[in-house]
Amino acid sequence: MGEKLYLYPVWLRVWHAFNAIFFLVLLVTGISMQYSSPDLIIVPFELAVASHNIAGIGIAIAYLFYLFFFIGSSNKQHYKIQLKGLVGRLLTQMRYYIFGVFKKEEAPFPTSENMKFNPLQQFTYVGIMFVIFPVLILTGIPLMFPELIVDNVFGIGGTLLTAILHAAAGFIASIFLVIHLYFATMGSTFTSNFKSIINGYHEVH
Amino acid sequence: MNKRFKTQWILALSLFAFSLTVSGQQNQQCLQCHGQVFYEYDNEWTGLKDKRPMNPFYHIDSVKMHQTVHKAFACTDCHSPEYETFPHSGELRMEEKYACIDCHGGDDTYAQFNFEGIEAAFMESVHYKANDEKFNCWMCHDPHGYQLGLRTDESIKSVVSLSNQMCLDCHDNKFKYGLLSDDLPKDIAQIHAWLPNQGNHFNKVRCIDCHTKVEDDILVSHKILPKTEALRNCVDCHSANSVLMESLYAHRVKQSRAQSGFINATILNEGYMIGANRNTTLNVVSIVLFGLLVLGLSIHLILRLTLLKKK
Ligand code: HEC
Ligand code: HEC
Ligand code: HEC
Ligand code: HEC
Ligand code: HEC
Ligand code: HEC
Ligand code: HEC
Repeated sequence: MGEKLYLYPVWLRVWHAFNAIFFLVLLVTGISMQYSSPDLIIVPFELAVASHNIAGIGIAIAYLFYLFFFIGSSNKQHYKIQLKGLVGRLLTQMRYYIFGVFKKEEAPFPTSENMKFNPLQQFTYVGIMFVIFPVLILTGIPLMFPELIVDNVFGIGGTLLTAILHAAAGFIASIFLVIHLYFATMGSTFTSNFKSIINGYHEVH
Repeated sequence: MNKRFKTQWILALSLFAFSLTVSGQQNQQCLQCHGQVFYEYDNEWTGLKDKRPMNPFYHIDSVKMHQTVHKAFACTDCHSPEYETFPHSGELRMEEKYACIDCHGGDDTYAQFNFEGIEAAFMESVHYKANDEKFNCWMCHDPHGYQLGLRTDESIKSVVSLSNQMCLDCHDNKFKYGLLSDDLPKDIAQIHAWLPNQGNHFNKVRCIDCHTKVEDDILVSHKILPKTEALRNCVDCHSANSVLMESLYAHRVKQSRAQSGFINATILNEGYMIGANRNTTLNVVSIVLFGLLVLGLSIHLILRLTLLKKK
């Protein structure tokens, strides 16, 4: 067993848990509505609409909660991307995932107290948390009140445009979820990272 | 254009304009009372000019009158010319009104509308069954205001608004409703409280889209069903083969099929209906991307399990 780092404070774990639940509800009901048909019913349409709305409000509140602590804590440091040499570092990390892991190489950017993410993680987390999430929330709110949306943007319905953006961002977020879950199995043991999100300690390889 | 043709053309135009002014002038005579809030007439007994309020139910909106399908008509084309005298003779109120079918029935010019089919459907509607002759076409088709909606280039929103107003003029008006029923009309918002985003729905979907079934031979089905048979299943509309394709959007679907051979995305561009707007390209792209991702991760997992075990 390697050494343990306390990387995930309570507020982060609480947010993470709520976020995960809301996200799963949104994902399942979102797909169910997008592909609704009389023959195949994943979640009954009325229920899907109602739960998608509730979970949507929930995840937006959770996001504000996250931002509040994010700004007030040292958590910020993990999200500061250093542009210089970024591409090189991303490639190094990718190479490691594709070849290095199998040769039991040392991780090129090991997790530490000062930097819990490797460059690839950092890049995607910033994208998800500060691009995709805001897009989802900012398009989700008007979809809840479609009468507020401008009717027509360059010949395309305003609501349609908003909805496409929302669905596209949702798709990217769900891709992220799959990758996120998979990489979570690549901790020092298969399940160690899943324990971390509960007890807050990260096991170093 | 040669000269003779030109004079003929001008002659035809001025004749048309003349006929319009004649009907316009005649209508003006009626509208100087029926188009106003107050009307005046010379009292032969006292020699004074009397001023009286016009019964709001006999008030004709001259702006609407100019927009109806029958805008070229003089009042007296449908009403007895005897109305030109005032006070109107008491017997006139017993005058029998024309029915749509009197003028439009068996006329090839209007074959596309299939008036006979509409009449047959109407006779099976809840309204006709409950009220018989007392409920006629004019109840919905305001003789002084009816405009064509669906068949025009109007936006879906204004088609819906025109169409729904035809129902709400009565279902939301206790005086008109009271002509037929001793009960008060039920509050429409309350009846449909189960429908989320009600305001949005009522702006984008017609009452008849839920209260009738699609009929093949007429564009606007007229058989209002009993309430128990009304459409309530969200997925009937919110799915790829939405019933609205055959009702509210049917006309546009047909038009764009004729133009481009397939259903044009522009039909649905005006609005967005969850479950019904599907962009096939985006669908395919997203499924392919997702498939590749899952494939890649599976290979990675298998390699991890096999290669790392061996070492
Ligand atoms: C001087 C005012 C005046 C003029 C002009 C007038 N009306 Fe009227 N009309 C009335 C009033 C007032 C009533 C209400 C009932 C009544 O007094 O007979 C009425 C009632 C009617 C009714 C409803 C009768 C019923 O009881 O169902 C019709 C139809 C009608 N008018 C048509 C016409 C037409 C068509 C013209 C023009 C050719 C016309 N009116 C010109 C004042 C007028
Ligand atoms: C296309 C035929 C048509 C034309 C044109 C027409 N009317 Fe009417 N009008 C009717 C019919 C039909 C009714 C009876 C409506 C009903 O039974 O609900 C009616 C009813 C009325 C009434 C009684 C109030 C009511 O709404 O029931 C008045 C007043 C009236 N018309 C005045 C006029 C005047 C004034 C004009 C010209 C500006 C005119 N109408 C033009 C067909 C017509
Ligand atoms: C007195 C005869 C008469 C009656 C009654 C009548 N119409 Fe008409 N209608 C006409 C005539 C004539 C035209 C053509 C007017 C024009 O081209 O300006 C017309 C035009 C129309 C049009 C437009 C057709 C087009 O191609 O643009 C529609 C729709 C229509 N009527 C529906 C109705 C309905 C519905 C009723 C009954 C509620 C009705 N009409 C009653 C004579 C009548
Ligand atoms: C319960 C209300 C109601 C009654 C009663 C009614 N209609 Fe309609 N009608 C409508 C509505 C709503 C529309 C749709 C308006 C639109 O979008 O153009 C319509 C449309 C029409 C159209 C245009 C259809 C097209 O193909 O564009 C015709 C023609 C018509 N009705 C004839 C009749 C005739 C004839 C009767 C009597 C036998 C009648 N209507 C009775 C509500 C009614
Ligand atoms: C989304 C579908 C939908 C639309 C749109 C819709 N209705 Fe309904 N309506 C229903 C259903 C379903 C019922 C039966 C409700 C029940 O029994 O609880 C109903 C019931 C009614 C009733 C009977 C109420 C009673 O209890 O006697 C009336 C009247 C009515 N609707 C009028 C309208 C009018 C007018 C409009 C347009 C403004 C409209 N509806 C639009 C689905 C719809
Ligand atoms: C002139 C008044 C009037 C107009 C216009 C009208 N209705 Fe009605 N409607 C009634 C009355 C009155 C009843 C109650 C039953 C009866 O006596 O006909 C009724 C009943 C109903 C019902 C309930 C049937 C049931 O099973 O109890 C529905 C649904 C309905 N109307 C829908 C519509 C729609 C949709 C339109 C427009 C296309 C419309 N109505 C236009 C007067 C009207
Ligand atoms: C008669 C067809 C019809 C039925 C039935 C229907 N809807 Fe809709 N609904 C629509 C249309 C059309 C729109 C799109 C409005 C627009 O263009 O903005 C819509 C919009 C919505 C929206 C707003 C979303 C948005 O982005 O505009 C929600 C939420 C919704 N429907 C839920 C439901 C639920 C839940 C039910 C069943 C209880 C239902 N609908 C039944 C036709 C229908």
